[in-house]
Amino acid sequence: MRESLAKISREIAERNRDLSLVALIGLPTRGVTLAERIAAILAQTAGHEIPVGQIDITFHRDDLELRRPIPHVTNVPFDINGRTIILVDDVLFTGRSVRAALDSLNDLGRPEFVQLAALIDRGHRRLPIAADFIGRTVKTDFNDDVAVRMKEIDGADSVEVHHS
Amino acid sequence: MSIPTGLQKLTDAPVESLCIHGGRIVDPANKRDEVGDLYLHDGKVVNPNDLPQGVNWRTLNARGHIVTPGLIDLHVHLREPGQSSKETIATGTRAAAAGGFTTVVAMPNTAPKADGAATIAWILQRAAETALVNVYPTGCISQNMAGELLAPIGSLVKAGAIAITDDGACVQNNELMRRALEYTKMFDVPIFDHCQDYALSGGGVMNEGHWSTILGLPGWPAIAEEVIVSRNAMLSELTGAAVHCQHLSSVGSVRIIREAKQRGVRISGEATPHHIALTDSDCQGYDTNYKMNPPLRTHRDQEALLEGLSDGTIEILASDHAPHCEFEKEVEFNYAPFGILGLETELAIFIQKLIEPQVLDWSGMIEKLTINPAKLLNLHTKGSLAIGKDADVTVIDPNLEWRVDKNQSYSKSRNTPFHGWNLRGRATTTIIGGRIVFSL
Amino acid sequence: MKSAWKHKDLIAIRPLDAAEIALLHDTARAFKEVLSRPIKKVPSLRGKTVINLFVEPSTRTRTSFELAAKRLSADVVSIASESSSFKKGETLKDTGLNLQAMNSDIIILRHPAAGAPQFLAERLKAGVINAGDGAHEHPTQALLDTFTILEKLGNVSAPPDKKLAGIKIAIVGDILFSRVARSDIWAMTKLGAEVTLVGPTTLLPDTFRELGVKVSHRIDDVLAEAHVIMLLRIQHERQKQQLFPSLGEYVSLFGLTHERFKRCRPDVLIMHPGPINRGVEIASELADGVNSVILQQVSNGLAVRMAALYLLTGGNGPQGVNS
Repeated sequence: MRESLAKISREIAERNRDLSLVALIGLPTRGVTLAERIAAILAQTAGHEIPVGQIDITFHRDDLELRRPIPHVTNVPFDINGRTIILVDDVLFTGRSVRAALDSLNDLGRPEFVQLAALIDRGHRRLPIAADFIGRTVKTDFNDDVAVRMKEIDGADSVEVHHS
Repeated sequence: MSIPTGLQKLTDAPVESLCIHGGRIVDPANKRDEVGDLYLHDGKVVNPNDLPQGVNWRTLNARGHIVTPGLIDLHVHLREPGQSSKETIATGTRAAAAGGFTTVVAMPNTAPKADGAATIAWILQRAAETALVNVYPTGCISQNMAGELLAPIGSLVKAGAIAITDDGACVQNNELMRRALEYTKMFDVPIFDHCQDYALSGGGVMNEGHWSTILGLPGWPAIAEEVIVSRNAMLSELTGAAVHCQHLSSVGSVRIIREAKQRGVRISGEATPHHIALTDSDCQGYDTNYKMNPPLRTHRDQEALLEGLSDGTIEILASDHAPHCEFEKEVEFNYAPFGILGLETELAIFIQKLIEPQVLDWSGMIEKLTINPAKLLNLHTKGSLAIGKDADVTVIDPNLEWRVDKNQSYSKSRNTPFHGWNLRGRATTTIIGGRIVFSL
Repeated sequence: MKSAWKHKDLIAIRPLDAAEIALLHDTARAFKEVLSRPIKKVPSLRGKTVINLFVEPSTRTRTSFELAAKRLSADVVSIASESSSFKKGETLKDTGLNLQAMNSDIIILRHPAAGAPQFLAERLKAGVINAGDGAHEHPTQALLDTFTILEKLGNVSAPPDKKLAGIKIAIVGDILFSRVARSDIWAMTKLGAEVTLVGPTTLLPDTFRELGVKVSHRIDDVLAEAHVIMLLRIQHERQKQQLFPSLGEYVSLFGLTHERFKRCRPDVLIMHPGPINRGVEIASELADGVNSVILQQVSNGLAVRMAALYLLTGGNGPQGVNS
């Protein structure tokens, strides 16, 4: 995981010359932890703090007719207008969460650029969405379960694919 | 269950010569409880040792059954005239026959109120044309039941009123009640009172207590009944007139009547099936079939009623059969009319709540449904199976298990909280003046 | 990501458990953030129809529900008693069936008769939210009251039934006729708070002790210990019902005056469900003082009502929630 995060951070820094315009917004819950770690790495390169927020996507999900997940609190303590916002998620799968995140972001303002970072790209996109920064690409079956664990939440870092 | 087809009125059924064979005859008026044969001829009970000759006796096998004097319910709302969407004399008396009742006393809160001789005459005429059981009307205490001026009680009695009552309302003016008792003494009829002090009951719709606190429904406290029961005891003592307190519901009411009776006051009381079978906790779902007046009270009140029945303080059982249309009852609890059906379920409810837990034995219970109301009403030929009395007889299968289905009711209305209850014991034959009006 | 909400309706707090109250609170917390944004609207109830049926006058609660539904992108229609068919004698059942026939998903009912929302809920497929029924319950008010207390004093991360543990709350006033008091009693005690009811004996009968709360008829005995003082509106018409002699006497016995306020904890929270009778149940300046969270109650009310609408409209239409 360390290598993947280093790779993502490096690519973010290469793409975005002026890191002072960059802020990271994680998708709860592990996307937020990932965003915090990436921000810490980027801060070393930039020499200043990189702001981190979290955004709840529940209200923009396209499956609300089927269920009512408990929403997370959105916490974006900075102005996103005119910034380069990098959305961070743990696993990029169908693309539906990212679609909802883009809509949720829209409620908060109008960033200049929105980029997407994912620790794992497991394929099977259902929407025309692609990541700008990918830690690792993993081949999976649609019904597999990809579990990302992180020290801050789960006690240890790991990525496991459970075959159905 | 069935009422013979083609029966439009009681006299359409033939007077039969009947031998009710092998049943347990429970006839409290004559302190009789024994297996035997009962002979009915020419509308009367006849002497089995001196039977008329040349008669073709029809034998009804009553083995395993209980044979009692025809049951009397002195508290029934037949709703005619004026409220025939709820009930008619025809439907209400069919429900009575199916429930084992041979005599019902109709309350006067009709439209118009039974406060004039013409209305009493109309009811009697209507009963003669459509009733299947004996119907005795009551007349009002006050004009239009407004509690202000005396109704023409003498004319009402002359026209056929068997008792005087403002049931459905309660005379609040103590002076008027005193004069009504004094005046009615001349006519040898009792006064029935629905005991409710309106200032104390306010807009109450259920018992004031634990459940009204939780449900947020306006409370109708027991004290509102007890104050009037107490008043009635004092006025009866003062005037010497008989007063009957209807549908008692509370610990205090039972105590007041017990104490008054010990002093020799001519006061009596009645208990209903719902007040001994249900409590205010049944109002939890805001189901208006649990909305009655007086309201269902607590377990403690229930215990007091049972004690009063057991020690004789409460001499009479009655249903307060109060039909209401479904659309009237299917509204917010606050706005629904008070009252439920009773005639078809009361006997089995009384068996379940009185006989099974041994609050009363069969004689003790039947007494309160036959000879006691007959005495109060001065019906000298009813409530007893002595030779020469009216051939009004109820045959009961005490072990028959059945399930209450409101949609099978003979009543025009469906407002019963007992729908779906599994009960044991039921009238299987109802005979009035030797005429069979119902047999299961 | 699952939802534990499994009711078609929100009629009362009494049948809910602490976890269900916590679920509503957690959901409300997310909506509270939405309300702080420049764009205070999310599309979660797009295509849903919400009817505000107010058979009893109310400005605050009706506006709050209406705004809550709009912020969730629902279509909202408000029907007030003056314009409703009740005036023409239509029964509640018929009105409900008519509204349902117009494919309403949620009916929010304010009604003077206790039990009316339950009556409607039992007869409709649409979800019903009780916005206050007689003296029975006002569940969203209790949810916003406890949400506000939890935010200020509670332990958000404690188990649901301990979230308000150790917090002493005094509810003062006309308890007997108060649906707010009843809902608050259930919500607060389920979350672990210690509740003392305070009021004149005529407006606070002893039967309330059976609800798991303390009862006091002397406000001065309760002030020093209370972390929260909730004042209820005192209705002038109770005088006519012989329940107390005069507002002046009420103020002298139960009003939160400056004098009494001095004996309160310095950090006491002063709450009121509104509308306030300034100078009666509370001295006017205290209603506006630093201890007062009365307006925060109003703001939180919006978030709580959004949460209720959001949870009730989940699943396969309004009937239930699949998780």
